[in-house]
Amino acid sequence: MTEAKDANMNFLDFEQPIAELDAKIQELRYVGNDKEININDEITRLQKRSNELITSIYSSLSAWQISQVSRHPARPYTLDYIQFLFTDFDELHGDRNFSDDHAIVSGIAYFDNQPVAVIGHQKGRDTKERIFRNYGMPRPEGYRKALRIMKLAEKFNLPLFTFIDTPGAYPGIGAEERGQNEAISRNLMAMSELGVPIISTIIGEGGSGGALAIGVSDTLLMLQYSTYSVISPEGCASILWKSADKAADAAEAMGITAQRLYDLGLVDAIVDEPLGGAHRDYEEAATLLKQALQTELEKLQAKDSLELVSDRQYKIRNFGFFDT
Amino acid sequence: MSWFRKLIPSRIQTNGTSRRSVPEGVWTKCVKCNAVLYRAELERNLEVCPKCNHHMRISARNRLEQFLDEEPLVEIGTDIRPVDRLRFRDSKKYKDRLAQAQKKTGEADALVVFMGQLKGIPLVACAFEFDFMGGSMGSVVGEKFAKAVDTAVQYNVSLVSFSASGGARMQEALMSLMQMAKTSAALGILARNKLPYISVMTDPTMGGVSASLATLGDINIAEPGALIGFAGPRVIEQTVRETLPAGFQRSEFLLEHGNIDMIVDRRELRDRIAGLLAKLIHHQAT
Repeated sequence: MTEAKDANMNFLDFEQPIAELDAKIQELRYVGNDKEININDEITRLQKRSNELITSIYSSLSAWQISQVSRHPARPYTLDYIQFLFTDFDELHGDRNFSDDHAIVSGIAYFDNQPVAVIGHQKGRDTKERIFRNYGMPRPEGYRKALRIMKLAEKFNLPLFTFIDTPGAYPGIGAEERGQNEAISRNLMAMSELGVPIISTIIGEGGSGGALAIGVSDTLLMLQYSTYSVISPEGCASILWKSADKAADAAEAMGITAQRLYDLGLVDAIVDEPLGGAHRDYEEAATLLKQALQTELEKLQAKDSLELVSDRQYKIRNFGFFDT
Repeated sequence: MSWFRKLIPSRIQTNGTSRRSVPEGVWTKCVKCNAVLYRAELERNLEVCPKCNHHMRISARNRLEQFLDEEPLVEIGTDIRPVDRLRFRDSKKYKDRLAQAQKKTGEADALVVFMGQLKGIPLVACAFEFDFMGGSMGSVVGEKFAKAVDTAVQYNVSLVSFSASGGARMQEALMSLMQMAKTSAALGILARNKLPYISVMTDPTMGGVSASLATLGDINIAEPGALIGFAGPRVIEQTVRETLPAGFQRSEFLLEHGNIDMIVDRRELRDRIAGLLAKLIHHQAT
């Protein structure tokens, strides 16, 4: 029973009906194994019911609920995707100035036999690893390591894939002392003129400047249940509504979901996730993402580097809604 | 009434509360040292307290007027106006906040751009209007800044910016985040044209503005005592649960940590920046 209880902790509030059904299925399986009574039909029936329930719950998630899915503790992180998307990944460490920031992983690898560069935020799975990864919140060293890999990618003509999943850049004393703002702004400028294809994917939380610092790209993809916003819903609510409890309202108002941002023209494509979210099937999630990355890379590789950069700059220059 | 008051002849009695208030317009108080200052003198001193040297916040237009030569002056991007594409509403509608800020400041949005001269050196200069929704950067600020860069490139002149901003404008959500990329990309183009960019950070320069255009200067300058940083001090304090070091995120702290080139008193900005630009563009004084 403890197993089932642990599993329940991986269900979000609004998923409780699914959790209850799954617990029942688990129980039946347990009984089935024990007494060798054939209850497969019942299990199949409940499984079908569970899938229907997931489909119906996930077809009408609010922005705030999607935000919770994007931060789901079991959601696949950058290193999980790297395992499925690339082969022969060599992780490269350090900014050559201060330290190695574990909230960002980077390196070179093969993507369908083609050498590429990879940069991504990395969160931790258990408490120890979460602290080691600083909850996926990079310090300036992380962004400077990323910049080093960007330059490496350009020098050796390696297409760059970035994977975004961070609550934001780390708000700490040392981070400020070492120029968190400059580390971010430097990357924004560098990415706007990097002479190789850049494809960025929001795989979980796209938290503000800390996300954008590795997210200026030719093609921006968002996973179906990822979010991207200028400030966290809680942060926005506590400033504008003077209460963090209004996070759901803030999430709705800011339009942080893939669909809203796609409609606004800020995102190039949405990548579908497995039924009920990427955390239910890592391999399926990675397979869907890989197909999208292959399609997008092919499009970008049809351009030479001058055209690539000028198209990217044109795209960036046109961000904004205003009257003239 | 106290016994003491009764002793004072009524003609010299004054109401305690009205006595403490300073007559509007003629006298003003320094927010830092509380010194009572003569308004006209303070203006002559470019809104720097003559007693404690505190640099008060000033409007964008005032800033550019005191910085640039009197003429020639051309304002850039006056036709660019904000729209509320998201129909954003918190405790108030964004549309109403905009109207209110426009009324309060007389500006269309939070950035003012001029092409002009500094001691005879042609340049483009822009300044943030902090009173316009905390100088927050949304689509209009991003577009006007990009226009400022375009103009500098077109006329082959330098760019100087004065930032005073709380960061990105939440009411424009992700579009305001994208302005960080837009302004930084524009500065990349300015750099490739080998045109100087001098960034002057004034109080306060925080968040998305500090993490984009404000820290990308060929030379980064700060006014004395300005609050400059990425995350706000309160957020940091709540995160690290430590007391912040004295002077944290102030100009002097940044200079000490190697984040800026120099701190320049407002009254010397014209001379210092003209001197810096002259060297960078090989300008011969005539």
